[in-house]
Amino acid sequence: MAKVESTFKNMTLTLLIITLIASAGLGLVYQSTKGPIEVAQLAKVNNAIKVVLPDFDNQPYTEAYTVKADGGDLIFYPATKNGQKIGVAVKTFSNNGFGGKIELMVGFLPDGTINKIAVVSHKETPGLGDKIEPSKSDFSVQFEGKNPATFKLKVTKDGGNVNAITASTISSRAYCDAVSRAYNAFMKGENNE
Amino acid sequence: MNRIANLTRGIFRENPTFVLVLGMCPTLATTSSAINGMGMGLATMFVLLCSNAVISLIAGFIPDKVRIPSYIVVIATFVTIVDLLMQAYTQSLYEKLGIFIPLIVVNCIVLGRAEAFANKNGVLDSALDGLGMGIGFTLALTILGSIRELLGNFTIFGLRVLPKDPSWSRAAFFHEPMLVFVLAPGAFIVLAYLIAIFNKIRKQ
Repeated sequence: MAKVESTFKNMTLTLLIITLIASAGLGLVYQSTKGPIEVAQLAKVNNAIKVVLPDFDNQPYTEAYTVKADGGDLIFYPATKNGQKIGVAVKTFSNNGFGGKIELMVGFLPDGTINKIAVVSHKETPGLGDKIEPSKSDFSVQFEGKNPATFKLKVTKDGGNVNAITASTISSRAYCDAVSRAYNAFMKGENNE
Repeated sequence: MNRIANLTRGIFRENPTFVLVLGMCPTLATTSSAINGMGMGLATMFVLLCSNAVISLIAGFIPDKVRIPSYIVVIATFVTIVDLLMQAYTQSLYEKLGIFIPLIVVNCIVLGRAEAFANKNGVLDSALDGLGMGIGFTLALTILGSIRELLGNFTIFGLRVLPKDPSWSRAAFFHEPMLVFVLAPGAFIVLAYLIAIFNKIRKQ
């Protein structure tokens, strides 16, 4: 087959046709994966909420609302059972992690007591800072059932009540930072009601 | 015979990682565990297979001067498809591999095979070449990831191989996983040893 000559017209036409076909194909794939992607992301949020809160029977993500905090947004997922408020899951963050942003889901009971905490995403060092994940170490267990009104959300080195992960003080500090950010926003919301 | 050679070349004789040493960025960055390495390898294999086949089909219609941009558009299209599919169906893997999925576009193996093989050969041969290279890449990344995960975490594919409790062996070697192998330097160390071993075997 004779090679097509590299004239201006030929080149423009070829590129135009290729990009047209490519974008049409991508449009199709985008349309067909849009649904599943949303489902997958919702499932992820839902799982995290289920982990950090006691049993509930509403759909917290449909009632989610956003609260502005210093430098970002906190998302609140209020949970109820038989119409009774049983807690709020707060998606919080800290920018002070060793590897950047840490995102947590913190479950609060109505009086501000921490129920459980799950890690949504982080970039901490494997084997050191990633012990903030409940599957890797028991670091997060010490927060469960504690009320930050009496439980100081700071590592012991800074005069708080949190036992930091060995060799990962920065990750532990960031974790506390994220939790106390969630707690402060949560209490502010409670007092305004 | 020739067809089989096209397929197996990428797996052993011209293995993209151990012999051609192409695509080092994802090789080193994503192999901190066996499953990550394999996911990355499979995603690249899909792109290689599809882009090689399509490029060999359209190569005759593309004027020489715009051939690279054309190939890149084809490759980018398939990478975006993989990106969307993984986001929809393998969410947790997608989050671990993160930026390296879109970066398959600039993986030199993909463009390299398009330029060196697909635009001179037929559809079937090109597809076989892409498949072979993809298998070679996947194998290399899985091996690399398995070794790093084993040494750095005592697990393979998330399954515990050695007990975490240090009392089972008196050798201090087994008491604590060697973290360095999960971190960046470990990637270089393991890759260097693997290339050396591979070359030794290949030359015999």
